[in-house]
Amino acid sequence: MPHPGRRSRPPVRGRACAVTAALALLATGCAGAGGTSFGGGDALNVLMVNNPQMVELQKLTAKHFTKETGIKVHFTVLPENDVRDKISQDFSNQAGQYDVATISNFELPFFAKNGWLHPLDDYAKADTAFDQEDILQPLRESLTAEDGKLYAQPFYGESSFLMYRKDVFEEQGLTMPEKPTWEQVAKLAERTDGAERGMKGICLRGLPGWGEVIAPLTTVVNTMGGTWFTEDWEPRLTAPEFKKATKFYVDLVREHGELGAPQSGYAECLNNMTQGKTAMWYDATAGAGSLEAKGSPVKGKIGYVPAPVEQTKSSGWLYTWAWGLQKASKKADDAWKFVSWASSKEYEELVGATSGWSNVPAGKRASTYTNPDYRAEAGAFADVTERAISEADPKNPGTQPRPTAGIQFVGVPEFTDLGTRVAQEISAAIAGRQSVDAALAASQKLAEKVAEEYR
Amino acid sequence: MTVTATRETRPSPQAPAKKPGGGSRRRAWATRAPLLPALVFLIAVTQLPFVATLVISLFDWNSLKPEKRHFTGLSNYASVFTDEALRESVVTTVVLTASVVIVSVVLGLLFALLLDRAFFGRGFVRTLLITPFLLVPVSAALLWKHALYNPEYGLFNGALTWFGELFGIESIAQPEWTSEMPLIAIEASLVWQWTPFMMLILLAGLQSRPAEIMEAARLDGAGPWQMFRYLTLPHLRRYLELGILLGSVYIVQNFDAVFTITSGGLGTANLPYTVYETFYRAHEYGLASAAGVVVVIGTIVIATFALRTVSSLFREEASRA
Repeated sequence: MPHPGRRSRPPVRGRACAVTAALALLATGCAGAGGTSFGGGDALNVLMVNNPQMVELQKLTAKHFTKETGIKVHFTVLPENDVRDKISQDFSNQAGQYDVATISNFELPFFAKNGWLHPLDDYAKADTAFDQEDILQPLRESLTAEDGKLYAQPFYGESSFLMYRKDVFEEQGLTMPEKPTWEQVAKLAERTDGAERGMKGICLRGLPGWGEVIAPLTTVVNTMGGTWFTEDWEPRLTAPEFKKATKFYVDLVREHGELGAPQSGYAECLNNMTQGKTAMWYDATAGAGSLEAKGSPVKGKIGYVPAPVEQTKSSGWLYTWAWGLQKASKKADDAWKFVSWASSKEYEELVGATSGWSNVPAGKRASTYTNPDYRAEAGAFADVTERAISEADPKNPGTQPRPTAGIQFVGVPEFTDLGTRVAQEISAAIAGRQSVDAALAASQKLAEKVAEEYR
Repeated sequence: MTVTATRETRPSPQAPAKKPGGGSRRRAWATRAPLLPALVFLIAVTQLPFVATLVISLFDWNSLKPEKRHFTGLSNYASVFTDEALRESVVTTVVLTASVVIVSVVLGLLFALLLDRAFFGRGFVRTLLITPFLLVPVSAALLWKHALYNPEYGLFNGALTWFGELFGIESIAQPEWTSEMPLIAIEASLVWQWTPFMMLILLAGLQSRPAEIMEAARLDGAGPWQMFRYLTLPHLRRYLELGILLGSVYIVQNFDAVFTITSGGLGTANLPYTVYETFYRAHEYGLASAAGVVVVIGTIVIATFALRTVSSLFREEASRA
């Protein structure tokens, strides 16, 4: 346990070093300190999030990419929170320790604004084999910053949609509309609640976190006419539309949702759907891959329809993990070669051939969805997924103009904190510990603080 | 630590001091020198980061807005004590720590008293009872969240269903443990982990009770309650204090249970969890450092008491010997 430094006071010039040391300690890493054991001068250093698709990439790189190009790649793989933190440390110092890093469409706008990223337009134009036009339009758009330059290439993309048990619906004599509204979904949840022993009507996330309950909730708010902020940064969390949407979400999950909702996130709902504990599930399109995987007890029993709507045409979210090049990197050319390979059609085919088409990092290229091999494996949800991603409009997801881009989030750095704090209020409302009105009143105050900085 | 190191290497008075001044000084340094690397290492890994944290805590520093970093004096500390979420987390920390420590001390005392008797298979039972403490905290928390509390497939509700079926009750209540009693749920998992620790300390205390005095009391006709109240409990006082203080130091810092079971929701965010949120979600390095410093100061206050108790314990042992 550190005691206050009574006896050992470092000299003033030691401060910079001390700051680095402390950061290293706090982040349990050594970002910024440099001098870590990285490979030879020619090797690329890639920092990425530890999702299964990335782990697969790590396995395939040496055998294929390095063999073809002679470029060695060193990977640092970390959980999502740590990756964000490490990237912001390395990129903000422009230390150049990492040449390539996985960033999402959430942080791209402000990373680009801070001048941390290398523009990719020229590379993408010159590299005809990469076929930039094949990348789905909303992804291209959300990886382009305010200055009109492209700053990252997607590795995979996802939206949200509604999954339901076809067999249960049939048994109950119910039909799922092709484009359901939330009102219809609420009725269907009521009808299917208890259809089988221990089966609930719908699974919706309730776990606190800006990437958990806030994501689906915000899409409901968007389509019911609400917004977090108006164009000129007026927080609108207590507005009637936001209230209506939140009440709808909270009531639905309380009445016909899963048990233990305030502790249920993506993983818990996936588990419930797989185990037949819920008739419907509104969540990420990525969930379909797991539901249709080999050995899944519900394989082939699931139907997929677009995210339910009310006042908007579509309401699915948009999220992507994409490759960004650090501006300070001295190996930008090699880095592009790596990005161009990892996000290419060939790489998708390589994964399809080596470990099955359901493991392909999909959701980024139009060509993926016309590929017969992919369709043979993922036919049940391929079209709905592609449509969900193509119809997503991050710049205009609701019924009014927004201050920043983003569907299930507000694209400012403060949102991770604001979203998580608001999520804790909502989660408490789902648990029945406070009213939705009280939760939103508290949230409005938090949102005002953030808005002040932008007005 | 520096003091300890110098004291140990100070030339002993018996050593012949040949030349006053330069020579003996060089000698002293020569004896000290081998210790220096360790000392430097110790300072580098324990003291410098803390000083750096102190420095960072005086800055308004959001890692995503590096160009806006500036010195703000003590305003981060003001935020720690005025921010509602942070203030609430201080209260939660106190409630969580106090309740877990008290309940696990009482339970630990009960188990220790039972284990103090001789019976067949005592060693085996003792090992079983200690096991929860040996578990990795995060896996213990996962076990509680999923295997026990989960309302769909958890053991608690499963047991209730089985109980219901036994008595022919169709739909027995299936409470959502974590949602209905979030803080108690976390406390229960921590009590389960920390009771063995208390039990071990108190068992050591019980077994150091002088047998002849107990024997004498029994001959004098003291009942079991009187013996416990007037002999055992006073003897255990030091051990109870030690257990309470060490337990408090560790439970103040608990992170795993809060993170895993509720993700800080439903009013369960304690100070360490809030520091984590401030650092990782808000990217406010300055504010997180300030909150961290407050935790360290709080822990040092408790630790000071803990260390005093330990040393007084040793003094007592020494004087008795």
